[in-house]
Amino acid sequence: MSEVPGPLVATVEEPQPETGFRRMVLNMGPQHPSTHGVLRLKIELDGEVIMRCDPDIGYLHTGIEKECEAKTYQQAVTLTDRVDYLAPLSNNLCYCLAVEKLLGLEIPPQAQWMRVMLTEFTRLNSHLVWLATHAIDIGAMSVFLYCFREREEILKIFEMFSGQRMMTSYFRIGGLALEPPRGWYQRVKKFIDVFPTRVDEYENLLTNNPIWIGRTKGVGFIALEDMLDLGITGPMLRAAGLPLDARKTQPYSSYDKFDFEVPTRTENDVYARYQLRVEEMRQSARIIRQAMDGMPGGPWKADDPHVVLPDREKMKTQMEALIYHFKIVTEGFRVPEGEVFQVIESPRGELGYYIVSDGTTHPYRVHMRTPSFGNLQATPKLVEGSLIADVIASIGSMDFVLGDTDR
Amino acid sequence: MLPDNLREHSAAQAVETFDSAALTGGKYDRGELTLEIAPGQIVSVCRFLKYDEKFVRLSSVTGVDRFPAEPRFEVVYHLHSIEKNQRLRLKCRLRGEDPVIESVTPVWRAANWYEREVFDLFGINFLNHPNLRRIMMPEDWDGYPLRKDYPVTGIRV
Repeated sequence: MSEVPGPLVATVEEPQPETGFRRMVLNMGPQHPSTHGVLRLKIELDGEVIMRCDPDIGYLHTGIEKECEAKTYQQAVTLTDRVDYLAPLSNNLCYCLAVEKLLGLEIPPQAQWMRVMLTEFTRLNSHLVWLATHAIDIGAMSVFLYCFREREEILKIFEMFSGQRMMTSYFRIGGLALEPPRGWYQRVKKFIDVFPTRVDEYENLLTNNPIWIGRTKGVGFIALEDMLDLGITGPMLRAAGLPLDARKTQPYSSYDKFDFEVPTRTENDVYARYQLRVEEMRQSARIIRQAMDGMPGGPWKADDPHVVLPDREKMKTQMEALIYHFKIVTEGFRVPEGEVFQVIESPRGELGYYIVSDGTTHPYRVHMRTPSFGNLQATPKLVEGSLIADVIASIGSMDFVLGDTDR
Repeated sequence: MLPDNLREHSAAQAVETFDSAALTGGKYDRGELTLEIAPGQIVSVCRFLKYDEKFVRLSSVTGVDRFPAEPRFEVVYHLHSIEKNQRLRLKCRLRGEDPVIESVTPVWRAANWYEREVFDLFGINFLNHPNLRRIMMPEDWDGYPLRKDYPVTGIRV
């Protein structure tokens, strides 16, 4: 963290007569393509070395937390998609788990496993976009096209399940939004059978590429103590050797029934973070395969007529079901008073939803502890003292999403 | 004073032993432990929890507005101990007029942005904060959006 408070103002000063030193303050962003959204970095330079960095966020602040208070619990699910638009289902899941914890709702196994499978697809999707854009930032153009080829397939799978490619809102409080579509198994199998070879293709392009190694190895080091102190979580932390992963430490949605590893690296540089995320993609594929083969049958939404919408067929034949449907849609359901902080492992790190209920049909307060916000805070520590050309590689390796940061 | 039903929780017990006057209440609900701390003691309690009780991570700082009840504001801290695999929630209640609390940035540097966000959206002041500026809203913004008396839609005339 910068010692000197206060904003930096873009200037170019005259060189000092004795030393020839010239201080220059540059704006990087908010429209710089490598900032993946609208991050603005104000950078004070001495030649090519960064003396100070002052990140300026908030350009994408949309007041989602405030907006949630004006929605019923079920309606607010659609807002959580928009928090992190590269990992919408992770946000859906975290929000739903938190509300279900408040309600004390039991979720049937099929819904839980389906949630695991689709959040792992979300992780793949997010890591693929990260790899594509990170590589293009550093100058490896072709990786982008390969990654987006697979991402397209994942988006088609999302579309098959929910009718939407990106903002799926497929997880609802009590289970899933729709019954899993016919033929999903074949579709997922077709993808997951080829995916590992596709990961090999990305690795062929990058892992031993001398330019890639030159740009990423030994770049973007930050000590583990600083990371913990500054609030960094997720792949950054694991690339420094700490196997912190909420899927293992505080398993949710039956992650404890899956066999997977939490990869770690110790080099703690941009290259290690690349290797780590590639390995995470392989592990996600492994989880997806287990979920798809062991998918339990049975109901896909909880059995609680006060919370979950009744089946369409029942509504046409049963008066009770029609009344419940009317009540849930017009008024929403009441959630017992209390507060919970639910944590999951999003592709970017620790995602936490803090929800306060006052016993009504609307959340009293929804706070999102987003991983990008915590990670981005460490930018000055990460780039100060390094070369300006390395800034792109360093901030790229954090994998932040500005929607996730600003909410 | 520590409520009797929290005696079995080591973190609650430790805070009670460290400074029983600082602990004003608490509860254990849905598997989550909440301790209410007197606002004046928050920094010393946090320092104790970080260094003696191994809560090395500050996961988030946020606020809740209980308008029109008094004390109106709650500042909520979520702590995380990796070693013990434990999470802990601390809560400080502040009165509605001129809400102010000591900053925990000397304990965790992560608090810097978290507290700036609470300052920006709730208007709660943090003493000894190194850089207390608005972070989400524009610098010249009027009002604090997450307060309950701030409208969700419409522009005040």
